[in-house]
Amino acid sequence: MCLAIPGKITEIYQRDTLRMAKIDFGGIAKEICLAYMPEAKVGDYTLIHVGFAISLMDEEEAQETLKLIKDIEGFENEINTDMSS
Amino acid sequence: MKYIDEYRDPEKVKSLIREIKSIVTKNWVIMEICGGQTHAFLHHGLDAMLPPQIELVHGPGCPICVTPLEQIDRAIAIASQPDVIFTSYGDMLRVPGSSKDLFSVRAKGGDVRVVYSPLEAVQIAEANPDKQAVFFAIGFETTAPANAMSVLQAKNKNVKNFSVLVSQVRVPPAMHAILSSKSNRVQGFLAAGHVCAVMGFHEYPPIAKKYRVPIVVTGFEPVDLLNGLLYAVKQLEAGQAVAENQYQRAVKFEGNESAQRTIRSVFESVDRKWRGIGIIPQSGWGLSPEFQMFDAEKRFDVQNIFTQESPLCIAGEILQGLKKPPQCTAFGKQCTQQM
Repeated sequence: MCLAIPGKITEIYQRDTLRMAKIDFGGIAKEICLAYMPEAKVGDYTLIHVGFAISLMDEEEAQETLKLIKDIEGFENEINTDMSS
Repeated sequence: MKYIDEYRDPEKVKSLIREIKSIVTKNWVIMEICGGQTHAFLHHGLDAMLPPQIELVHGPGCPICVTPLEQIDRAIAIASQPDVIFTSYGDMLRVPGSSKDLFSVRAKGGDVRVVYSPLEAVQIAEANPDKQAVFFAIGFETTAPANAMSVLQAKNKNVKNFSVLVSQVRVPPAMHAILSSKSNRVQGFLAAGHVCAVMGFHEYPPIAKKYRVPIVVTGFEPVDLLNGLLYAVKQLEAGQAVAENQYQRAVKFEGNESAQRTIRSVFESVDRKWRGIGIIPQSGWGLSPEFQMFDAEKRFDVQNIFTQESPLCIAGEILQGLKKPPQCTAFGKQCTQQM
């Protein structure tokens, strides 16, 4: 129940008055409800929990988080280089 | 998979561990609220890589752990009735009630079904008009949008043989309960990223300020968890106490407002009992007056089932970070998942 994982929207359609979507989870296709993601479009990645998209994945923010961690790695490499020289 | 693999990179994990080790100077007790985060820490062996100054305590953010025994007994009482199809998320089926679990109800011929989404439970009701379909609507703020939508959909489609046994709890009241306890040990929190994906984290800055604790909204992958821990340790070492967001790719300050609107229309704030802790005021949701006709507790008259927790049970102290599971005399003996 507690697992939420990101998946890519491959198709959007209506069913029973609800906005639904087909999601690709790394090769596994599943139908989910997109009712809470009115702005989502095909190709977007959303976080899926118990069959519902709850949040849109933000690529810029994802890159920013990774960059900040890379900066830590870069800083460590600098220190290591300084110490070995 | 995108947004997962890059957050499991061993090199990033190693540098975050080194960074945490390089800045920590004192002992800190940090609670990860969500059981999913606890699982990820242990599953990836991250807890064993941390410096000895950091003590992780596992918080109450697990619906399996906090749902009181009597709610499970009520579920079992409903599921055992003839002409009932009882539906639930899979994880609840093995949780022991006072004498049995939902799996054993199924073994004795009860119609107990696992659903992935609560909408499936509504479909089951539509496909079986001569039966009563009941959904066990448990969970924190993460399941609330889905659980609420199943009720809304049943109302919109006039599905009268559908009802929900609600056991919906919320994180911020539990944080207040932990932090206001005289015996509290928690000095910083990793807040549950997926709860915040739904609710945002505007409820957290006042908590951080009131109790002087850092609160870091954190994701679930190894790099996220260690990054969240790094943020928390940085704050603790600097004497800061603010709410910040490590999980920016999935969480916005305001959360998912569309989901919050549906939650507010279907549910209202109620007192909820937590296993081993007791009643925490306004700590959960129940059906709002407009949706009372979908209340399984009333439909099946199980409101008067009250069950005493085992006197041996120290779940409340464990969930508040005061004790560890091996300190429980029933752990692995009377109390196992194989009961």
